[in-house]
Amino acid sequence: MPSFGDAPLLEVHGLSKRFPGVAALRNVSLTLQRSEVLAVIGENGAGKSTLMKILAGVQTPDAGEIRLNGQTVRIDSVHTAEKLGIALIHQELNLADNLTVAANVFLGREPLRFGLIDTKRMERETLPLLAQVGLDCSPATLVQDLSLGCQQMVEIAKALSVGARVLIMDEPTSSLSQHETDQLYAVVKDLRQRGVSIVYISHRLGEVTELADRVVVLRDGQNAGELSRVEITHEAMIRLMVGRDLSQLYQRPSHTLGEPLLEAYKLRTQANPRHALSLAVRAGEIVGIAGLVGAGRTDLLRALFGIDRALGGTIRVEGKKVELSGPHDAIEAGMALVPEDRKQQGLVLGMTVRPNLSLASLLRDSSRGLLNHAVENEITATMIRDLNIRTPGPEQTAQFLSGGNQQKIVLGKWLAMKPRILLLDEPTRGIDVGAKQEIYRLLDNLAAQGVAILFVSSEMEEIIRLADRAIVMHEGRITGELDRAACSEEAIMRLATGNL
Amino acid sequence: MKKILGILGLLIFVCSLTAIINPNFLGATNLFNTLRWTSLFGIISIGVAFVIITGGIDLSVGSTIGLVGTTLAYLLTVRHVSTPLAILIVLGLSLLIGLFHGLLITKVKLQPFIVTLCGLLLYRGAARFISNDQSLGFGSAFAGLRELAIGKVPIIGSVTLPLPLLIMTGIGIIAAVFLHRTIYGRYLLAIGRNETAVRFSGIRTDRIVILAYVVCSLLAGFGGILFALDVNSVQPSGLGEAYELYAIAGAVLGGCSLRGGEGSITGVIIGAAVLRVLYNAINILGIPTMLEYSIIGFVLLAGAIADEVVKRYAAKRKAARELLADDSVRSDEASA
Repeated sequence: MPSFGDAPLLEVHGLSKRFPGVAALRNVSLTLQRSEVLAVIGENGAGKSTLMKILAGVQTPDAGEIRLNGQTVRIDSVHTAEKLGIALIHQELNLADNLTVAANVFLGREPLRFGLIDTKRMERETLPLLAQVGLDCSPATLVQDLSLGCQQMVEIAKALSVGARVLIMDEPTSSLSQHETDQLYAVVKDLRQRGVSIVYISHRLGEVTELADRVVVLRDGQNAGELSRVEITHEAMIRLMVGRDLSQLYQRPSHTLGEPLLEAYKLRTQANPRHALSLAVRAGEIVGIAGLVGAGRTDLLRALFGIDRALGGTIRVEGKKVELSGPHDAIEAGMALVPEDRKQQGLVLGMTVRPNLSLASLLRDSSRGLLNHAVENEITATMIRDLNIRTPGPEQTAQFLSGGNQQKIVLGKWLAMKPRILLLDEPTRGIDVGAKQEIYRLLDNLAAQGVAILFVSSEMEEIIRLADRAIVMHEGRITGELDRAACSEEAIMRLATGNL
Repeated sequence: MKKILGILGLLIFVCSLTAIINPNFLGATNLFNTLRWTSLFGIISIGVAFVIITGGIDLSVGSTIGLVGTTLAYLLTVRHVSTPLAILIVLGLSLLIGLFHGLLITKVKLQPFIVTLCGLLLYRGAARFISNDQSLGFGSAFAGLRELAIGKVPIIGSVTLPLPLLIMTGIGIIAAVFLHRTIYGRYLLAIGRNETAVRFSGIRTDRIVILAYVVCSLLAGFGGILFALDVNSVQPSGLGEAYELYAIAGAVLGGCSLRGGEGSITGVIIGAAVLRVLYNAINILGIPTMLEYSIIGFVLLAGAIADEVVKRYAAKRKAARELLADDSVRSDEASA
């Protein structure tokens, strides 16, 4: 490893940041060495994202010091961070998807020729950057035509093009398929070789074990501990994150199954009309739908919930055929859907916890259209308590809660409706271990009460742990079903990639 | 709540300043007329507020007023239709206009700006065509009906209030109850912030949005009747012209965000009042009326800037306060 003097590349000391109602960070410190992959982990609301946003100049700290190469710096804007060589790859990608790859890489720094953008030069200079991140596409490709994984690589290429020495990646794999994730690992390792330091935020302990040279754990906005390469184990990380031993990762008890509650027969979705999809979920059964991103799993759930009209086939609830002209019909039939994107589809972010929790049940609880405040407050209090939603109160704006707590609100909104069939799309995406276990336990309890549960997940571990039965999809069709005994990562992968 | 206090402060400020410079502002007739006009504009502002809260916009309000006023005058004076039937027809017409907008926006998925901009052009043209672009006077034959717009209601002794004020108050109360006490009001506010999430929660958002446009056009139509009766002679090309801008300005001044999801009826009414008082002040203070638009534009801009500055300042203060409280807790822990 080359040496540049004694000071670490980046030192953070005593950083504090408050938001209305929450102390996001309290006196947090960390160091980052050259050519190091430093994982920052912690539960929802532990302050990881805030810390990263401060380093990247998106937010300014209320107190604390940041040193780069031993020099105190003030990072007051994204522009300053960029000049200092710090770049943040956001959880939600920040690309203009109507522009080309090259135009995105050079956004704001376009090379000019006679005052006009020199597209040729831009594309020429983008090529080596794409090679560095292992992206095999033309610089003239529109970003919207790339998969999410490739878009992420474009973001990284963009950061490299401005000479980033510190790359901050916030949950980079949360929406990637297995293949794309592997590719990302390779790129991260390669960048480390080239002397780039990486701060890696993740909820997936497996990938932390795989990639990290060191782990910094945050809890409730404070430093909770640090692990060196040799100390990194699942148990050690979980202990520091939750502040106690998690006696046992989720173990699903067996239970009896009832009659089929939800049946789909030869359903054709708008996205994949060529394939007829049939499936059934019984009372008390948890069925997982596995597959790669883009396999048509979300489209299936959308059709089952009436968001997109099915082009053919029938849906039966408790043996009775139902016609779905919209979600209201599905809800009428006893269904609920926890959608893929909680910020866009699950929550009204600008409203507080209370109206979000009561949104679906308002109509049922109203008389002559008048709001029933008593019932609304009761639902809010019950759900905050039962689901252990961590919020300063019912009048906290949903936007200011962490991902796990937001997801619990979406779940609570539906539990208030007491659904008999619960559909979930990536129920634990971007959620920490602690909240994940809580959601698993909750789903298990619901199944024990006779609710039929159908969920989509890109995490194979989740499918294996949670599902009584897994349905695997590939390119719009169901390629197989695996019962609990046959459900392994290899078996799922074989079906998910179409290797039958 | 803070927004309402802010705009109320502005109203009191403008009234006081005007009254100090020219005490005639407080004269019975002037106050009566200002209240009357505030009420008429208040009614159409409430309608637009519904649409703005869903995150939409209605630019056709002024032309709807023109078309309704012209049609009413035409039916009563040219076709000699009975008064109740004529009113029923024009209200039905404005309801259809709202339905037309709502369906185009939700089912055909056109942008509200485009739909209602076309409405602005369509209805103005229609008004001028129906009347052959001739002004239509009500004359003295409809004195009873005119009371709706110019009537005086005795309160105590010689103090009288304009009838439109009572009408607007009634509409305002119904609108406020609808917005804050019914599930549909809740849906409206939620749709303004995230329509998708509301739809995914099983609510037929299309119907709620259509309803907002119907309410808006219906109140514009009702306003159109009052405006026509107020002037007593309808000029098809001029009646209600640019009133959509006053209505939108009133709603925004009163705390509706054009991004949707925010707004209160009280605020909207006060917002409409500020605009009318400004207009009145320009007249009675001898400020050149050529400057009217400039002054209103200036006040709107100042209001928007003040709102933003205050919001940022408050957020900063709050964060600083909580940080301080946090530190003292920590030093307590340390000393314990």
